[in-house]
Amino acid sequence: MSREAGDTVTTPDTTATADPRSAGGQGEVLLEVSGLRKHFPVTRGAIIKRQVGAVKAVDGVDFSVRSGQTLGLVGESGCGKTTTGRMITRLLEPTDGRIVFQGRDITHVSQGTMRPLRRDIQMIFQDPYSSLNPRKTVGSIVGAPFRLQNVETESGVKKAVQDLLDVVGLNPEHYNRYPHEFSGGQRQRIGIARTLALRPKLIVADEPVSALDVSIQAQVVNLLEDLQDEFGLTYVVIAHDLSVVRHISDRVGVMYLGKMVELSDAADLYKNPMHPYTVALLSAVPVPDPSIRSARERIRLQGDVPSPLNPPPACPFHTRCWKAQDVCGTVEPPMVELAPGHQVACHFPENAPADAEQQVAKAAGRA
Amino acid sequence: MTEQDAITVQAPRAFLEVRDLRIHFPTDDGLVKSVDGLSFSLERGRTLGIVGESGSGKSVTSLGLLGLHNRKNAKVSGEIWLDGQEIVGSSPEQVRRLRGRKMSMIFQDPLSSMHPFYTIGAQIIEAYRIHNDVSKQVARKHAIDMLDRVGIPQPDKRVDDYPHQFSGGMRQRAMIAMSLSCDPELLIADEPTTALDVTVQAQILDLIRDLQKEFNSAVIIITHDLGVVAELSDDILVMYGGRCVEYGEVEELFHAPEHPYTWGLLGSMPRLDRDRSDRLMPIKGSPPSLINVPEGCAFSPRCAFAELNEGRSETERPELREIGPGHRVACHLDRADRRRLWDEEIRPKL
Amino acid sequence: MVNFLIRRLLAAIALLIIVSMVTFAIFFLVPRLTGASSADLASRYVGKTAGPQAVHEVEIRLGLNRPLVIQYWNFVKGIVVGAHYNFGPSKVYCGPPCFGYSFVNQTPVWPDLLDRMPVTLSLAGGAAVIWLVFGVTTGVISALKRGSVVDRASMGIALAGVSLPIFFTGLLSLAIFRDNLQWFPGAGTYIGLTQNPLTWASNLVLPWVTLAFLQAALYARLTRAGMLETMGEDYIRTARAKGLPERTVIVRHALRATLTPVLTIFGIDLGTLLGGAVLTEGTFSLPGLGKFAIDSINNNDLPRVLGVVMIGAFFIVLANLVVDVLYAVIDPRVRLS
Repeated sequence: MSREAGDTVTTPDTTATADPRSAGGQGEVLLEVSGLRKHFPVTRGAIIKRQVGAVKAVDGVDFSVRSGQTLGLVGESGCGKTTTGRMITRLLEPTDGRIVFQGRDITHVSQGTMRPLRRDIQMIFQDPYSSLNPRKTVGSIVGAPFRLQNVETESGVKKAVQDLLDVVGLNPEHYNRYPHEFSGGQRQRIGIARTLALRPKLIVADEPVSALDVSIQAQVVNLLEDLQDEFGLTYVVIAHDLSVVRHISDRVGVMYLGKMVELSDAADLYKNPMHPYTVALLSAVPVPDPSIRSARERIRLQGDVPSPLNPPPACPFHTRCWKAQDVCGTVEPPMVELAPGHQVACHFPENAPADAEQQVAKAAGRA
Repeated sequence: MTEQDAITVQAPRAFLEVRDLRIHFPTDDGLVKSVDGLSFSLERGRTLGIVGESGSGKSVTSLGLLGLHNRKNAKVSGEIWLDGQEIVGSSPEQVRRLRGRKMSMIFQDPLSSMHPFYTIGAQIIEAYRIHNDVSKQVARKHAIDMLDRVGIPQPDKRVDDYPHQFSGGMRQRAMIAMSLSCDPELLIADEPTTALDVTVQAQILDLIRDLQKEFNSAVIIITHDLGVVAELSDDILVMYGGRCVEYGEVEELFHAPEHPYTWGLLGSMPRLDRDRSDRLMPIKGSPPSLINVPEGCAFSPRCAFAELNEGRSETERPELREIGPGHRVACHLDRADRRRLWDEEIRPKL
Repeated sequence: MVNFLIRRLLAAIALLIIVSMVTFAIFFLVPRLTGASSADLASRYVGKTAGPQAVHEVEIRLGLNRPLVIQYWNFVKGIVVGAHYNFGPSKVYCGPPCFGYSFVNQTPVWPDLLDRMPVTLSLAGGAAVIWLVFGVTTGVISALKRGSVVDRASMGIALAGVSLPIFFTGLLSLAIFRDNLQWFPGAGTYIGLTQNPLTWASNLVLPWVTLAFLQAALYARLTRAGMLETMGEDYIRTARAKGLPERTVIVRHALRATLTPVLTIFGIDLGTLLGGAVLTEGTFSLPGLGKFAIDSINNNDLPRVLGVVMIGAFFIVLANLVVDVLYAVIDPRVRLS
């Protein structure tokens, strides 16, 4: 399976992820992901299980993240954004592709080798209720990374933990309290403090605010931004809320059925979305302004996202796309950089330069 | 209700009229005042959006409207008039006959809200046949029609599927078909799209809007998402700590809100229809526990402008006062101060 | 669905084979490992007084001197197709399922097991009906009247039922209802159902009730907990929101979901008891499989012990199979996945 999939990794030159422009300038590339795939086998049979297919949760994704920046990954359920995050943090083993962190290939490093790397790559989870052990005190939860990694701190773990609690806006005197004594927003802060303990370089945040109330979401979003400034953190933020993603990201990748369909600087993506799916997504977001609700042009997708078990061939979106033509079902559109720092995988992109379709056709090898 | 009160009760003018609704739950830790004096009204053909965070009492209100609280562990008082019939004082049996027929509800999570062991069709047929004396065949035909109406392809086949065989969006459509099967005049949608993807959410919101036009029913949509209410509502009720803090027409509420909590909600959400702001303006602190709702104004501990009231916020509960046609606010701040704050401090930063 | 059935059936057979191996190993391999020779085993069969020559003959006849793998193979073969035994001058054929001959009185094991089965079947079946009806009803009522006097009283009794051992409640009931009040004078003797249905029932009332009391207590607690959980489910709220009468909500919507896990446990419990209700049979001296097992163990009668263990395992596996299939019938999510 993996070899077969590997054969199709033919990224055209135009999409080279190392292109300095495409990552928006400043900072060196901290994380580089290329051709990343995760296929979950599907088995059937009464006695002998034979593989009858695979859920292509992630099916060839390329992107890079520069130090000190935030990459947002958006998409609807089943698009593979969470699986991608878990592969970066190596909670899941990639089926194929490469993950390079600080110039080092970590795609298949063993758990033992991964251990020191875990200091550098940390994860924030969605649910602040289930991700904290209810029987441990806050001090012990936040201090656990020090103990696990045998890190000596100058003035003892307790002091270090209290400093962390202070940094994330919690009262350091609450060191001995238990998670249930905190509200949802405070628990998310505890989770963030734990993540920060070992001064990681990269934080993968999977839906960090979606379980929180609106007013609390804003607090946590601001906190994440402050921490980024203070500690020079690099984020990969996975979220379904397009407004939140725009707010915190420098670059945004839009995923659909395991594939990256558009990758761009955040401002450009939201102003000039090129992929029809991105256009539809943005059009679907309810806008908190009643005066424009009748004036807005709406694009409504029909039906649901197809099953990742049996995704449509070539462009995964062509079955729901209003611009689709025959070619969309036969030739997979390559990622092409149609504007500085703005790549899109579509034969007939919107908001694109006049010669976009020719460029795509050339890249797809069908002049 | 005492006899004296009963005499003073006036016949309601609106289709739905809620007067001083209180829903309290006695617990071992104390009395939880989930809803504490809520009043509003709603006409047929109009949509009311109830906005609030978790624990604001918005879902408890919706269950209260349907008379779904167990009278053993919930103390419900006040009046709910639905088309001339009072619900709080009615017998459970009387209220039951109204449920599903006159008023019905769509819930947040369509998967857990449907019985896993019965087919979609069976669940719609059941809803239809309680209130309509028809044969199973007729009810089945009706169920298929309803599924068709809410946009489920091949309804004559899907009617025999189980909920888990439907996708999330299709399940919510089926749920809507079930709620509308008896042509209710009041439809309550409690976070109907929170569990759905954004493109599916848009489909469902369109569907609710279209069906409302078709059925001319009154709709209450309960949500934490200001975007959703802005899309659907005619009026908006903002709840905080079990009370209404601001009520008004949707345009008014989004363009000239007067309660600091409403400002806070608007400032908390990043918006796609504006340029990217540098910073969000969150509300400090967390929502109050409903057991120890602060004395005075429930919002005062989190309010950035409470000190302008020289301590009144902590001691005196602000009344909900009419400040313009249909616009009511419960805030101690001076009207002029509120307008100045909104114009000078809040709106420019949104 | 067919796939599901085949898979379950194969799993059941595999499980039985494993059980037979393990039991066989416990009784024949472990003694060898601890130093007992095949002659020691054989001497149990003929008794301690026999001379070495006699012991040796038995050793050969029963095949105790052959490699264990062969012995196991013959054991399984006996169960499936029967076995031929050489008893000195006479050759004996032991038809399937053949569990060999008792060490103690040289009778074939299987007919003896068959003899005991109706007793255990009567006891377990009757008790099962009682505990299911009482346990589930009590549990449902307790859950619906949560916190009421009825709830507290029944849960108090249930706690007693769970805590009191059968030999205590059993002996107490015998003392009161048989000896003192003389209501069930025949309690403790088994009369076949076909012989005299009335006596059969009246003699079994005390064991039934004793066994059912313990089980009903467990089931009441289980059902109550399940019912409380189900009543909090979103779909129950939906059922009420549709305007269903409370009765329909409980019977059609809540009960069906609550009883599904109860059914699973019921199947396993019944299966276990069919292999011998050891304590109850012991207390009331009922000649069922449980008593048979105890006696055989006390007598070191290996073939009988093996037989009764295999029968017990068979019932448990069978019950599990039935439960799995029923579960698929009830829950479409299992059936269609």
